[in-house]
Amino acid sequence: MSELFLSIATYTFLQNAVLAAILASIVCGITGTFVVVKKITFISGGIAHTVLGGVGIAYYLGIPPIIGAFVFAILSAIIIGLVKLKANQHEDTVISALWAMGMAVGVIFMYLTPGYSADLLSYLFGNILMVSSTNLYILAGLNVLIILVVLIFYRQFIAITYDEEQARLRGLPVDFLYILLLCIIALTIVVLIQIVGIILVIALLSLPAAIAGLYTRTLHAMILSAIGLGMVFTLSGIAISFTANIPTGATIIIICGLVYLIAINLTRLIHKKN
Amino acid sequence: MKNNAPEPIITFRDVDFSYNGEPVLENISIEIDRNDFVAILGPNGAGKTTLIKLLLGFLKPSKGTISILGKTPVKARKSIGYVPQYSIFDKDYPINVVDIVKMNTLTSTSLFPSYKNEVTEKAFSLLQKLEIRNLAYRNFHELSGGQKQRVLIARALINEPKILLLDEPTASVDVTMEKDIYDTLKMLNMNTTILLITHDVGFVSSYVNKICCLNRYASMHSVAELTGKSLFDIYSEDSKFLRHHCNL
Repeated sequence: MSELFLSIATYTFLQNAVLAAILASIVCGITGTFVVVKKITFISGGIAHTVLGGVGIAYYLGIPPIIGAFVFAILSAIIIGLVKLKANQHEDTVISALWAMGMAVGVIFMYLTPGYSADLLSYLFGNILMVSSTNLYILAGLNVLIILVVLIFYRQFIAITYDEEQARLRGLPVDFLYILLLCIIALTIVVLIQIVGIILVIALLSLPAAIAGLYTRTLHAMILSAIGLGMVFTLSGIAISFTANIPTGATIIIICGLVYLIAINLTRLIHKKN
Repeated sequence: MKNNAPEPIITFRDVDFSYNGEPVLENISIEIDRNDFVAILGPNGAGKTTLIKLLLGFLKPSKGTISILGKTPVKARKSIGYVPQYSIFDKDYPINVVDIVKMNTLTSTSLFPSYKNEVTEKAFSLLQKLEIRNLAYRNFHELSGGQKQRVLIARALINEPKILLLDEPTASVDVTMEKDIYDTLKMLNMNTTILLITHDVGFVSSYVNKICCLNRYASMHSVAELTGKSLFDIYSEDSKFLRHHCNL
């Protein structure tokens, strides 16, 4: 363990990894809570996977992949939001189609890009040890943006996630707020992908909040608790994967998943006892 | 108009509504006056939910007009306190009673997390009025059915609505609680028009002054005219009479 701390003090890439994990945990706790209470993990999964299309095109055009991820995440959030709001049926099918098409576009553009792109795997499964200092600034900027938007619309987000019908009766701009929330999810996904990659992102987005939801009684407590859990999971994941020399993203997800499974079973036991 | 003539605040004029060509409501012409306490009775599938959606402006009539306080339902939304069935709420949502009540004061300009002190005070005084102040910080889903119903009534009242619209307020609560809820509504009826929708004949007839029987068509009866007997008699005669009258 002391070796780990020494390495963190010595290597910039580890410092970046720790900072990225902390930044990711903050937005993951905030956004993940809304994803869990509104039960929109499937929609969030759709947004996350579509992002690969943006990454592929960015590679092809030679621009930073995080820009491509950002553009595609926002676009797919808006499209999926409109589908959800306007289509009365088949929305699951439409989201699945976008999900797969986004990935297909990514694969084709990566194939067309000359040279071998090892980063494809980093985007699919994450590579926290590759977070550059520039990316760290982008992540910090996204954090500020997400926190600000959620603070401003906090009560209105609660209203549309708790009782959409009543929110409409109150004259709140429900459709706008819903798409704004999906855009916040999109931005969060861009941040989290740096840590765990596209394939694993949904677990990191939803599990800390889902665990927090088992024992908290207000939404802000759930958010703060999910942030704390996120930090514990990501930082311990970095420590374990670094010591055992295994992939970090996958390690973090396994920790999240195990704690979640233990937590729901414990809750069930406690309920049975009472 | 004479001074003491009843003043209609909700008017349905020849309203039809059909869904995919299937008629759900036909030829509905009813009037509800200020400070009426109306029960809309009908069996399942009678069009009760459709009627609520029409009143709230979520659906538009295929034919005819609905006027609430002289406005369209959408424009009159601010004057209606809607109390849905509590079963529509997600029981996993972490939210306490007083926050649910306060939430109903939000507008599109309510930015940042905290509520004004006046709103919090008003929420507490409503909880007091409905005798659930001690539950203010309890989680909504831990409450009993009757308590939940009171929370939702408090939530509706925070905007001082002229009309209170309740969807099956006594569904799945026990008999004592049912009577309690009707007593509360009776108290509120002094300065609020109350419209409740139910398929449950039970006690309701001893509290309301009008009954609207709904089964695709609607017919409005004043309780006195229905029998010519006292409210007590209607109540004690059981629901058979109403069942017969409304074809339930």
